[in-house]
Amino acid sequence: MSIGHTLLGLLESGPRHGYDLKRTFDEKFGQDRPLHYGQVYSTMSRLLKNGLVEVDGVESEGGPERKRYAITDAGITDVTQWLAQPEKPEPYLQSTLYTKVVLALLTDRSAADLLDAQRSAHLRMMRILTDRKRKGDLADQLICDHALFHLEADLRWLELTAARLDQLAKVVAP
Amino acid sequence: MIPDGSLLAAHDLRKTYGSTPALDGASFSVHPGEVVAVMGPSGSGKSTLLHCLAGIITPDSGTITYAGRELSAMPDAERSALRRSDFGFVFQFGQLVPELTCVENVALPLRLNGVRRKAAERTALEWMERLEVDDLGAQRPGEVSGGQGQRVAVARALAGSPKVIFADEPTGALDSLNGERVMELLTEAARSANVAVVLVTHEARVAAYSDRDVTVRDGRARDLEHAV
Repeated sequence: MSIGHTLLGLLESGPRHGYDLKRTFDEKFGQDRPLHYGQVYSTMSRLLKNGLVEVDGVESEGGPERKRYAITDAGITDVTQWLAQPEKPEPYLQSTLYTKVVLALLTDRSAADLLDAQRSAHLRMMRILTDRKRKGDLADQLICDHALFHLEADLRWLELTAARLDQLAKVVAP
Repeated sequence: MIPDGSLLAAHDLRKTYGSTPALDGASFSVHPGEVVAVMGPSGSGKSTLLHCLAGIITPDSGTITYAGRELSAMPDAERSALRRSDFGFVFQFGQLVPELTCVENVALPLRLNGVRRKAAERTALEWMERLEVDDLGAQRPGEVSGGQGQRVAVARALAGSPKVIFADEPTGALDSLNGERVMELLTEAARSANVAVVLVTHEARVAAYSDRDVTVRDGRARDLEHAV
C-alpha cells in the first residue's frame, strides 16, 4: 500500500500535524500494522521535497516544534491519479483496494467508478490467463488456474463492496 | 449511434415491468465473430437485455439494429423468421426436446428451415463431432450427462449456421471443469465460424472466455474496455 498517497488523501480534509496523521491512519487503515513515527516523518519530508505538501504552521507550546502540514494542488492531483489508476491485478490486494475505496468516500470521489475500473482490469488479466491456459500444457493450465481463482475471489469482493458502498460511506464518512 | 462494423447494436433501450424498470437506457453492440460477455448482479437487467437483443421481447423504447435492419420495427412474423435463420440459442438447461434423439435435436433448426432429414443429420453430426459428442447421436437427452447435454445444445445452436448465438448462463448448471470445456468449445467453434456470441453470465471465469465484457447495473450497460 502507498503510505504517501494515503497520508496525502487524509490531508485533503484539512491541515494536520504528523501525530494527528499517524493516529487517523492507524484508526482507519492500520489495524494490523500501525505506522511508526519515523515512517510518518520520513514520508512527510519526501512529500514536502516533492511539493505535494507544504508546512502550514509550526507550533511548539513549550515542547518540541510540531509542523502542521497542508496538501498542495499538486498533492491533490497526485491523489486523484492514484485513486483513478487500477492496481495491477494480483492476489492479496485487499488492503490497498480497501484503502482506496475508503479514501474515495472520505474525499467525495466516486468509489463506484474506482471499483468498476478495478473490475475491468481484473477481467482483462483473467482473459489473458484464460487464453494462456487454452494454448498451454497441463502445467500452464494449473498455474493459470491458481491465479484465476485468486482473481475471481478479488472480483467477488469488488462486487460485494460495490453493493455495500452506501453502508460503508455511512461508517467511514458519517 | 451504431458503432462501425457492428452486426447487432442496441441504443438507449428502455423496458419496464409494471413500475419496475428493467432496462433504463442500455446500449450495446457486437461485431461479427466477437464474443461479448454481459455481466452484472442478479436483477440488473442482463437477461432482459439479451431477450430484447434476440427479438424475444420488445423494448418500450430505443432501437435495435441487426445487419442494417431495424429489429424493433419488424413485423412479428419477420422477426421470428430472422430468429430461426440467423440466431442460435443456448440456455442454462431444459432446452433439448426430450422425445428426440440428440442428433435429431441438433438437426432441428435445419429441419425447421426446410433442409431434408438426411442432409440435416449429416450436418448435425459434423457439429456434434466438433463438440466431442458425436457418439451420443442415438441417445435421448435424458440419457446423457449435464455437460454432454450442454454440448449437444451448443452443437444445435451452431448447426443452423447462425450469425449470432445468445447464451444465457450456458454453464450455470455445470461443475467448473465441464463448464470450462463447454466455454472452450463454444468460443472456439464460434470464432472459427465467425459467429458473434452474446454471453450472459455472472461468473468471471466464464466471462474470461470473451473478447470484451459489458456490465449491466440498474438497467444501464457500461462498456469499461473503452472507458479506462
